This record gives sequence, C-alpha cells and structure tokens, in this order.
Amino acid sequence: MAGVAVSTTINGDAVEYLCQPDETLLDVLRDRLGLTGAKEGCGTGDCGACSVIVDGRLVCSCLVLGAEAEGRKVETIEGMAHGDQLHPLQQKFLEHAALQCGICTPGFLIAAKDLLEKNPSPTEEEIRFGLAGNLCRCTGYDKIVRAVQDAANVMKGA
Amino acid sequence: MNFDPRYSGRNFSSVGTRPIRPDGIDKVTGRARYGADFNMAGQLVGRILRSPHAHAVIKSIDTSKAEKLAGVKAVITAKDLPDLTDGDAAMYDILDNSMARKKALYDGHAVAAVAAIDARTARQALKLIEVEYEVLPHVTDVDEAAQHHAPLINDQVFTEGLEEKPAKPSNVTKRTQFGHGDVHKGFAQADFVIERSFKTEQTHQGYIEPHACVASVNPDGTADLWVCTQGHFVYRQHCAQLLGLEASKLRVTSSEIGGGFGGKTHVWAEPVALALSRKAGRPVKLVMTRDEVFRASGPTSATSIDVKIGANKDGTITAAEATLRYSCGPYPGSWAEIGAMTAFACYKLENVKTVGYEVLVNRPKTAAYRAPSAPMAAFAVESVVDELAKELGMDAVEFRIKNAAQEGTRSSYGPVYGPIGIGPTLEAVKSHPHMKAPLKANQGRGMACGFWFNFGGQTCTDLNIGMDGTVSLAVGTVDVGGSRASLSLVAAEELGIDYSQVKAIVADTSSLGYNDMTDGSRGTFSSSMATISAAGNAIKILRERAAQTWDIPVEDVVWEKGHAIAKGEKYGNLAPLSLKDIAAASGKTGGPIAGHSELVADGAGVSFATHICDVEVDPETGSTRVIRYTVVQDAGKAVHPTYVEGQYQGGAAQGIGWALNEEYIYGKDGRLQNPGFLDYRIPVCSDLPMIDTQILEIPNPNHPYGVRGVGETSIVPPLAAIANAVSNAVGVRMTHIPMSPPRILAALDAEREG
Amino acid sequence: MVEVTLWGSLSAVAGGKAKHDIEAKDIRELFRKLAEQYPGIEPWIDRGIAVAIDGTIYRDTWSKELPPGAEIFLLPRLAGG
Ligand code: FES
Ligand code: FES
Repeated sequence: MAGVAVSTTINGDAVEYLCQPDETLLDVLRDRLGLTGAKEGCGTGDCGACSVIVDGRLVCSCLVLGAEAEGRKVETIEGMAHGDQLHPLQQKFLEHAALQCGICTPGFLIAAKDLLEKNPSPTEEEIRFGLAGNLCRCTGYDKIVRAVQDAANVMKGA
Repeated sequence: MNFDPRYSGRNFSSVGTRPIRPDGIDKVTGRARYGADFNMAGQLVGRILRSPHAHAVIKSIDTSKAEKLAGVKAVITAKDLPDLTDGDAAMYDILDNSMARKKALYDGHAVAAVAAIDARTARQALKLIEVEYEVLPHVTDVDEAAQHHAPLINDQVFTEGLEEKPAKPSNVTKRTQFGHGDVHKGFAQADFVIERSFKTEQTHQGYIEPHACVASVNPDGTADLWVCTQGHFVYRQHCAQLLGLEASKLRVTSSEIGGGFGGKTHVWAEPVALALSRKAGRPVKLVMTRDEVFRASGPTSATSIDVKIGANKDGTITAAEATLRYSCGPYPGSWAEIGAMTAFACYKLENVKTVGYEVLVNRPKTAAYRAPSAPMAAFAVESVVDELAKELGMDAVEFRIKNAAQEGTRSSYGPVYGPIGIGPTLEAVKSHPHMKAPLKANQGRGMACGFWFNFGGQTCTDLNIGMDGTVSLAVGTVDVGGSRASLSLVAAEELGIDYSQVKAIVADTSSLGYNDMTDGSRGTFSSSMATISAAGNAIKILRERAAQTWDIPVEDVVWEKGHAIAKGEKYGNLAPLSLKDIAAASGKTGGPIAGHSELVADGAGVSFATHICDVEVDPETGSTRVIRYTVVQDAGKAVHPTYVEGQYQGGAAQGIGWALNEEYIYGKDGRLQNPGFLDYRIPVCSDLPMIDTQILEIPNPNHPYGVRGVGETSIVPPLAAIANAVSNAVGVRMTHIPMSPPRILAALDAEREG
Repeated sequence: MVEVTLWGSLSAVAGGKAKHDIEAKDIRELFRKLAEQYPGIEPWIDRGIAVAIDGTIYRDTWSKELPPGAEIFLLPRLAGG
C-alpha cells in the first residue's frame, strides 16, 4: 500500500511523516514518531489512555487516522510541561498521588487539561462526567478528582 | 542471615510521611516506559492465532501459505515449544495455555503465532494459517460442569481428596475441607438458622495495560526479555524452563507495569514471543489486543456457594457451614480451597466446616485477582450474617462484634490467631459518622467484613552509597503502586538521611538475586524488611570507615541520625562524621560502601477490613448508584499513607464494579460475547463517589515497623457490603453477583409475584 | 516433641490422622520426618506446604524453629494477587 505524506504540527513543532492510509494517529505517534506517552489500552475508543488534543478538540487518537492530522495542530502529553515547568495538573497529580500504575495518567492529564480550558471552575460532578471517558483501574478516581480540583484552584489564582 | 524481623515500637522520622514518589515525574510527562513502549533495532511484530471454539481437537495446522507470504519471518505452533516441563504439572498447564498442544480448551486459546515485518503482514499471515478442528461439546457454567453428564474437559482428571479414588474422570479436580468442631451439634443448638445459595460471575482484573513484551533470543542461547510483569524473576524461571534456556543467560527487565492485580503473575504470551524470536533470529515485539486480554488472559473464578449459619437467641453463632464451587478454567487450580479457608476467617466459631470443589470449565485459565477467591466467599457469608442479624433483631455491626475473631481464636482455616484487627475495624465502623447519616427513599446501607492472609517471600535488595552521599536502592519486587516511594522512605529512615537523597529502582534479573513476584500484598512488606537489613549492613561498613578515620575501635562508633558518633568521654572532641563525609572519603578508606541483603520475608500479618456502603436503587430501571463508601482497614503500619489509601480506594472501586456490573458473558456457542471495555463495563469516574478511608495500625509482630500487607484485603468486603446495601434498599435478598439492573428487576418481580 | 495438625486433605495421606506428635526442631526436619513416615506426603511438600506457628504463616523459611509447646498447623501454600 502506498504511504500518505502528512504535514502537521505536534506540540508546536512542524512534523512530516509518511503513514499507511489505515494507520491510526496513535500508531503514528507511538511507532513512527517515538511519542509513546499516549497509550493503547483498548484501540476501540473505550479507555481514553490514548487521549490527545487535535485543533482544540479532545480525541481518542486510536480512532483518528494518521492521515487526518494533515494541516492540524496536535497536542500530546509530551508537550504539556513548559520546559522544566510542569503544568499545574501534572504537579497536582504528583502531590495528590493521583496515579498508582500511571498507565492512565497521560490520558487523564490531557482530558483534564481540555476540561479546565473549557470550564475553569468545574464542580465535582462536572469533573466526574468530564473525565468519564478515561478509565483508571487502580485509584478509584478519588485522588484524581481531588488533584483536578486543586489544579483548577491554582490555575484560577494564577 | 542474622536479621531480626520482630516488631520494635519506635518513633519514625521518614516512615509515615507522604513525599512525592520517585517515578512520578516520568509518569506525568509520558516518559515512563511500559511494556509496549520499548523497541529494539530490527524488531518484528508478533501476533497470535486463537481458537474460535470453546472446546475442539486440533486435528492439523497448515502454516505453509502463511510462511510463503512476503514479510513473514517465522510461524510457530506447539511443535516449536516442545514439552520440557519434566513432569511439572503446573508448568505444563502454563505451557499448554501459552500454546494449545492437542486441544483448544476455550474461546481464545492460542494455537499458532507469526512474526512479520509489520502488523499488517502479521495479521494477513494469521488468515493464511489453516487449522482443522474437530469441535467437541463444551461447558462454561460452573454448576453444569460439576454434573456427572457434563462434557469432560480432561479425561485424565479424577477428583482428588475423596475418601475413595473415583472410578470415572470428572471436571471436579479436587475436594478440600477445613474447619473444626461439630457442625451438626452446633446447628442443633441454634435458635435461628439461615441457609442460602449464591452465585458470582467471572470478572477480569481489568488492568488498563495489555500484556506486552519484546523478546530477543540470540543463536548462542543468550536472550533478553522486556516485559510488563508482577515478577520478572518468576517470568525468567518460567521462560527459561519452557524454552530450555539457562536462567542466567536470560535477562528479564520489568517495564513499568500498567496494572496487574494478580493477572501478571505467570507467563502468557512471553514464551511465544521468545520462540518466535528464536525461530526468526530477530527481536519480536508482542502486544495483546484488548480482545485478547479478555479472551485469553486470566479472569477470576465464577462461583456457586451454599452457606448455612446458625445462632442462638443471645446472638452467638453456634455453627457455620459452606460449600464452595469455583471455576478454574480448563486447568486444575486451588481457587475453591482459598475460598474455603477465608470464608469464615472473620469469626470466632466453635463449629465450622467448609468444603471446596475445584471445577474445570471451557473458559480461560483462572488467575489470581487481588486476594483471589476471598471476595466471593465473603459475599456469600456476609450476606447470611446480615440476614441472621436481622432475624435475631440485632444490629448488623453488633452481631459481628459479638462473634468477631480475636487474639487466641482458632481461625476457621486452622491456626490460632495472634494479634489481629477485625475487632478494631468493627469498633471504628460502629462509631463512624457514616453509620448515622440519614438515608432517603430507595437508599440502603450495608456493611461487611473481609479477611486476607498476606504473604512474604524471597527477597533480595542492594543499597549503594554514592561518593556524594546519595543512596541508590535496587529492589527486585516490581513496583505496582508506589512501593519505590515507600522503600525509599525505609532506607532514609534507617540511614537517618533525607528521603530526597534516596533513589529506588527496580533492578533486572541479571543485577540482583532472585525475588518472588509482587503478589499477596508482599511488595512493601518484604522489600522493606530487605531494605532495613541492607541498610543495617551498610551502616556496619559506615561505622567501620569512621572508626578507621578516627583510628578507634569500631565498637565505640554508633550510628545516629545519619552520623557516625564516637561514643565515650575520651572521644569528646571528635566531631560526628556524616554519611556524606564518610562517603566522600570512601575511596581512601576501603572503596565503595554498599549494603546487600537476601532473605525470606515470612510472617506477613493477616489483615482485616470492614466497609460501609450506601446505595440508591432506581426501582423502575433496577440501576444502582453507590452514593457513599467508607473503607476501614488495618495496615499494621502505613509506610506511605497516601499510597495505602490508594490501595484501599482502588480495591473498593474494583469491588464496586464486580458487585454491580462486571461479568463475562458466554453465548451458547461457548464464545465470549463481551471482550471489550464497551460491553465489559468497569466503573468510570462518574459512577463513583469519593471513597473515604480510615487506616488502623495494629502492628504485625513479625515486621520491625509492624507492617502488614495492604494491597489485597480492600477487594474482599465490597461485594458483600454492596449486596447488603442493595438488599436493604429494595427489601429483597440479592444472591447473584453482579447485581446488574436486569437481575435487580427480576428479584423485585419475583418478590411481587412470590 | 511438637504436636502438628494437618489440614483435612493432607491428613488423608497421613494415615487419616489430623494430629501427629513429631520430634523436630525446625520446619525442615518436620517435613523430612513426615515424609519418612508417610511417603504420600512428599508430592504435597514439593507442591508447597505452609506452616503456621502460633498463627503466623511461614511459606519458605524451612529453617524456622518450632518452639516447644507452640501450635503448629500445616496449610496449603496459597497464591496471592
Ligand atoms: S486506546 Fe484509544 S480509547 Fe483506548
Ligand atoms: S493508575 Fe493504574 S490505571 Fe490509573
């Protein structure tokens, strides 16, 4: 099968790659570009471990084709910190121990970032429903919700 | 090894604090490398062909077309994994489970595998493999499988543990029995007796990370395996045995692990990846799909349990009896046995008897799931305990307090208990504000207790002191949920230095002696003992070096708060030497400073928990929401309390999923109908409330800090606590888990008609 | 001399008796003497037997001493998650 040439922006950098027409964005990120922060938990859009933001929209990268990234802006976990400055969500996830095994963490951070950008003061219920597309099997979500609440407060103060 | 593990009440400066974990930064930035995040130059993609049949003889496999496909580098079948298990039945089952030999025993059983240059070629190649099956009758239900006329899964299996050796083979592999006293006499003394039957469905551990590995075998017999596992030393042993490799030539590196909960305690696809690599002469990466994880990696048992408990008017239990049937998948196991041991462990019983039956079914090989087998037994027992309390007109907590086991009680599984925490967890629950909070219409409250053994095991740890005075700690127990933070705290505590000066890593199998896997809640229990011991050995050297520097006898040097101190009037003018000072001079005082330790950490303390749960049931739809949840559990000693809370919350959440939603659904054809997260629904964020925790610390006498394991007990009470809550909300006793909306509606309908 | 109690299934291969008086100083010696007396126990020892000494379960420490008068209970060696 002939490859598709794609020009896109990933975490602010111009990136070009060749991919197969049926290859997912998740596979392109992980296997072609070495960005393994997004994880594959299911490959069917059910776990959110592969969450990335494309043109300001939160998506499951396992459900997006690599070819669809053409001309768009993709944000992944690898671009979340600014230099050596962690994003407040990253910092609060650490402080609240909002991760045990951590496999779900990149997806949660991306989803939570998207949530707080759209709703800077979410209620607990809004956080819970906003993050309902991301599965975590370790934490029972308690500490994740608290970390997001705390990060929201910090970000509002900033 | 002169390590004294006994508890010594002492004050802590690091242990019990809540610092940020050392591996955290990599995990929030996406840099941490899990099973599928590793690659080797020239690696191929491995994929496995799986049986679509629940039970079938494999008559022939023709791989010739697949081998001819361009880009295919190796195709293997069971022939490429010859039986080297030498009579070791448990290993033979693991081998057969990795790659079916004569029969496919469940939907999803591996029958062949390919390695190709990319995923697409590998997928195409699988389609070109021709397998001729002779389909056999199958059985997936635990009760049906135990019947005489059920299709036989293995005609070499004769029930063990019967008085007389049976004449005919059976799917029931083993009968086990525990207890003491005379239950007949006990029931005769009872004023009230409740007897009920229960069922629980099969669930999966549901770790978010699928099994993944990269295997590389060289022609000279050396090999590397990168893999997500709960025990890389155990995986090394399994793989070396199954592939005929020398253990020391197979280096296994454990990746970060994205959840295991018991499901990553023995090998599944790893021997296949190694065999593919050996045949292809190139590294092979093999990652399961989610569908494969559900169909072919270890779920828990499905069960059917009968419980009978009698009590007299004053609320004393006079007799308790249970018969437990647990499914094992197609290979023998000891799952019902564990259920039979744990079922009544919370109580002080004069007359108790439990009988367990292990049952083969055409389902995937059962694997441990966090305190394996205990939650189902607790569900059945705690439901009857609740009902009996009602019958007696006693408060559910009071009734349990009256009958709770205590120090000196003979446990239902045999031995007499030392100091234990069931009583204190019940007292804590009794006075917890949650118990007094008002409930609204359609809401119900339930509580239940749970027990788990906890284990120790073989452990090996290295502690190296750098020239700058910082400490690297190499442990061999995989970190499944923050143990590197806990163990760094332990090293800091022992050496008397700051937590930030310690960095813990999980070492590979070539860098450290053998370690059992992280299971049985042993990670922090065992490796903290080994760390204390290794630190002790390092301190001995630090004192020697200080003595050398001062030119005084080492007996006069003590180690206090991170410093060597010369003890005695005559040394009044010697300033203490810090760990940093001694480390800086180490090159001139005898070279590097390290502490090593190898030990068997035994004597992990049993642990108990009591949970409280409020639910709201919609009588129209039968759907249930957990609206409040409280966990009270004895930790012995919480080394890093935040991660202990995390274990409590995570176990409770898994239990909630099990109680309300999760189940394997098999069709009449024996195929799994819901092998994905869409149809096998685990709790999401919006399904759950905050989960409150209360940590009790009743020291374990067999650990210097009093640590017991904490990882597993938290999944034991939820099924029962939620079942009691739902039963209280709807006024009907729920006896079948999960209590999905259709089951609740059916129970309500039956009640109306009945 | 210590008194050792075997769990149900194990006593079946030890002459049907649950309680045995055995002269043994540690777990290793206990296993050896049991196996000498009842060869049927050997495969069970290979598969794994845990020993509870006064309620504390030992799975691998065969050098563990058996204090006189202690309660010794043999149990199956279990797996965890
Ligand atoms: S991997 Fe994309 S949603 Fe699960
Ligand atoms: S921390 Fe393990 S899945 Fe969320």
